[in-house]
Amino acid sequence: MLARLPAGALKNVAALSGARSTSLNAARSLPRVRFASSSASSSSAFESFTNSRVTLASATLLTVGSIAWYANLYGTLPFIGEVHANSPAEEGLHPAQYPWSHGGLLDSFDHASIRRGYQVYREVCAACHSLDRIAWRNLVGVSHTVDEVKAMAEEVEYEDGPNDQGEMFQRPGKLSDYLPPPYPNEEAARASNQGALPPDLSLIVKARHGGADYIFSLLTGYRDPPAGFEIREGMNYNPYFPGNAISMARVLFDGLVEYDDGTPATTSQMAKDVVTFLNWAAEPEHDERKKAGLKAVILFSALTAISLYVKRHKWSIIKSRKIQYNPPSSH
Amino acid sequence: MSLASTFYNTLVKRNSVFVPAIFTGAFAFSIGFDLGITKLWDTWNKGKQWKDIRARYVEEQ
Repeated sequence: MLARLPAGALKNVAALSGARSTSLNAARSLPRVRFASSSASSSSAFESFTNSRVTLASATLLTVGSIAWYANLYGTLPFIGEVHANSPAEEGLHPAQYPWSHGGLLDSFDHASIRRGYQVYREVCAACHSLDRIAWRNLVGVSHTVDEVKAMAEEVEYEDGPNDQGEMFQRPGKLSDYLPPPYPNEEAARASNQGALPPDLSLIVKARHGGADYIFSLLTGYRDPPAGFEIREGMNYNPYFPGNAISMARVLFDGLVEYDDGTPATTSQMAKDVVTFLNWAAEPEHDERKKAGLKAVILFSALTAISLYVKRHKWSIIKSRKIQYNPPSSH
Repeated sequence: MSLASTFYNTLVKRNSVFVPAIFTGAFAFSIGFDLGITKLWDTWNKGKQWKDIRARYVEEQ
């Protein structure tokens, strides 16, 4: 770092710090370098600028800071080449940014979409993926009425107990039960899916880089592998998945589910709805959070403005007073 | 009497009036502010929230 600076810069610092004990002003006024093109007055101003330790320190800080910032942003040092065995595409394509109905700072979830997305989850995804942090009661007042949710919960048998004989028994589900998992444990899930574990979807939107955009791209991004891409038996090509080979096959096809509100069930519509549903499952507080955020921004900016005004008001006396010194006339 | 001195004489002069005025003012402001924000929120998100689509699914007894 320091080696890149011109030698004169360091010499001047040494000269300055040595001269400080005697006379700083004298050291500054000594002409060290004469630039032929610059006049005497501007040259001394320029010189004092280039020779000052503040300039050196800030230039050093700027260099170190920009290199650190670059390294933090891109993960490598600048101007130093790297060789990678795989192409960036094999890390998974970056998903496009989609205009989500809940994307804006003040946008709530589209709850009709959450309701359709629940239907897609229930009829398609739930065959392999659990959603074990969502209870039936969470759906009430979000996508379904309480009667609908009670009816849906009662269709599922849950083990409860022990009863007064000490035995476990089966009972129909209640609002307080969690959504039933498709497999009893991880080993059963792996055994049914050729060793691949279908992840739990409760927090999947938060758990994946790219969030909702990534999951939408993944669900709609299945296509034939490019020429020369070897894909193993039982794997599927998806450019958005890191490694490009994913165990999950394409599941969403046009007309797979029938929406009760008459929305045409195209692949992208189902993907959009199920991703909105999963986004709600990951962030059930989303709507309240944005509303509270709006209130907080308004209130805190008003309080900041008031406190700035009060500070100026209180300080105005001190800032505007004039202190005058009249030296005794005898001297 | 100017507005400032009216304000001072009616609200600020006696502490027994000033403190309840602050409390009721805070109470009224919080309700009014909340109502205003909710109105803005509902207008902005018209047709998207559960209360907008609830009527389609609720069964009347």
